[in-house]
Amino acid sequence: MSACVQDAPLPHRPAARPPAGPGWTGEPLRLAALLAPAAAVFAAFFLLPLVRLILIGAGGAEGWSTYLTTLADPGHLDSLISTLALSAGVTLVTLAVSTVAGLFLVRNRFPGHALLVALLTFPLAFPGVVIGFMVIMLAGRQGLIGTITQALGAGKLVFAYSMAGLFLGYVYFSIPRVILTVMAAAEKLDPRLEEAARSLGASSWRVVADVILPALKPALISAGALCFATSMGAFGTAFTLATRINVLPMTIYTEFTLQANIAAAAALSVLLGLITWAALAVARSVAGTSVAAAG
Amino acid sequence: MRDLSHRRGWGFWLQLGFTLLVCALLTVPMAMSMLAGLTANYFVGLKSGLTLRWVEEVWRVYSGTILLSLQIAFACLACTLVLGVPAAYALARRPGRIARLVEELLTMPVAIPGLATALALIVTYGGVGDLRRSWLFILIGHVLFTLPFMVRAVLAVMGSIDLTTLEEGAASLGAGFLRRFATVVLPNCRSGILAGSLMVLTLSVGEFNLTWLLHTPLTKTLPVGLADSYASLRIEIGSAYTLVFFLMIVPSLILMQGLSRRGRPSV
Repeated sequence: MSACVQDAPLPHRPAARPPAGPGWTGEPLRLAALLAPAAAVFAAFFLLPLVRLILIGAGGAEGWSTYLTTLADPGHLDSLISTLALSAGVTLVTLAVSTVAGLFLVRNRFPGHALLVALLTFPLAFPGVVIGFMVIMLAGRQGLIGTITQALGAGKLVFAYSMAGLFLGYVYFSIPRVILTVMAAAEKLDPRLEEAARSLGASSWRVVADVILPALKPALISAGALCFATSMGAFGTAFTLATRINVLPMTIYTEFTLQANIAAAAALSVLLGLITWAALAVARSVAGTSVAAAG
Repeated sequence: MRDLSHRRGWGFWLQLGFTLLVCALLTVPMAMSMLAGLTANYFVGLKSGLTLRWVEEVWRVYSGTILLSLQIAFACLACTLVLGVPAAYALARRPGRIARLVEELLTMPVAIPGLATALALIVTYGGVGDLRRSWLFILIGHVLFTLPFMVRAVLAVMGSIDLTTLEEGAASLGAGFLRRFATVVLPNCRSGILAGSLMVLTLSVGEFNLTWLLHTPLTKTLPVGLADSYASLRIEIGSAYTLVFFLMIVPSLILMQGLSRRGRPSV
């Protein structure tokens, strides 16, 4: 589970000490040599292609302003705005749901607790396509929700193949990761603060609002940024549900494959990359370390 | 662990109900899809009987994608071990601004969408020899995407042990670098290497964002086949295929949950 990576505390690094004794000569050179293969692969297959992509984005008739004209295209702007709105909505809902469930799981012990935590964090490494299929199982033409609403006489409710289905999918995808983050942060809270608040007569709600939530804020901001970035850039779920959903990754895909408009696809990818990278930079600056697996 | 549940009022039951509802949202579709993959006719329901027919059908049509995904996942693991473990060691030995910058850079393929990385690879290397048609093209993408997970998992463990002291001890006994690396550094980091390896395998087997653009009709991986089957085949086959995928990743998911539980300080 990416939990073991994500929730790992920022490595405690012993102060660099000049090593002494035999066998240490030429250490800096050796360390550089150990880093070199990874650096070479990374430079050749990531940095160089990325620079290429940025240049292609500026390769239209108008040079660098191609970025602006690509973005100003009403279809693209629409898609950008709806993706931003979708991701913001997903982030808020996921944070609310996961905070309630995560706090509950940390503050209460009962039979079946460990199983519940395991089940809630299980879908952490599911790819986006599988998440999309889970949404079809819930809200598709033969889905559970439709069957229930039909049995209740309210007609068959089917929303998997739309923005609402995508919303459900991204919330599904993000809940396990955010619950883990909330739980890790809540376990580190100092119980004395809460006891102090209680002894001063604060109600349970006041304790949550004035003591617990402020203490969880860094974790919530970091988890939220992660969730936002993943929702912005994810592709598999949208692809499984419907190619007509107007989100930025689908727009990029359509520009590239159907319109063969490589410059626009490149410009939009660079823009999307900047947004997700900035969101994750926020997450890191607030909470130290986090690695997201976009589905 | 604080237990504040001495008086379980309505608040407790309300929150428990909510948490169970969330859990149902996550697990019910999984159970439904597994069952659908074993049901003779999903539209009719369970009374049509259970069958392995759809799983056999999946194996007949898609065994190539399953084998290719395993091949890529293990090749990817080999690459991330060879590239990532030495890199993590170098970063752990010289912590500081440069190490942080390198770490930040290596994490970029995870921070920017796979779609963008795949496009960048295609516009740069799409025309180079036969690379575009080879499974190695997909492997390159997977290595970029999974390398930061390996590096971070190993780095986290290296940061929690006093590597310098351990190595100085070995050096004072006359062990050269290779000997120290193989007999002191690697054994002490095995939990990080194991966690990183499981993560790399799981992510590679499930990777879609990059792979969808990088694949060709001859290099279809499991998730590509899944998307294919969801779009075009009956729901039983898509479900049976998903079931096969679950069976492939569940062992590593369970191992990872166990590892992270053991690694977490007991509260």
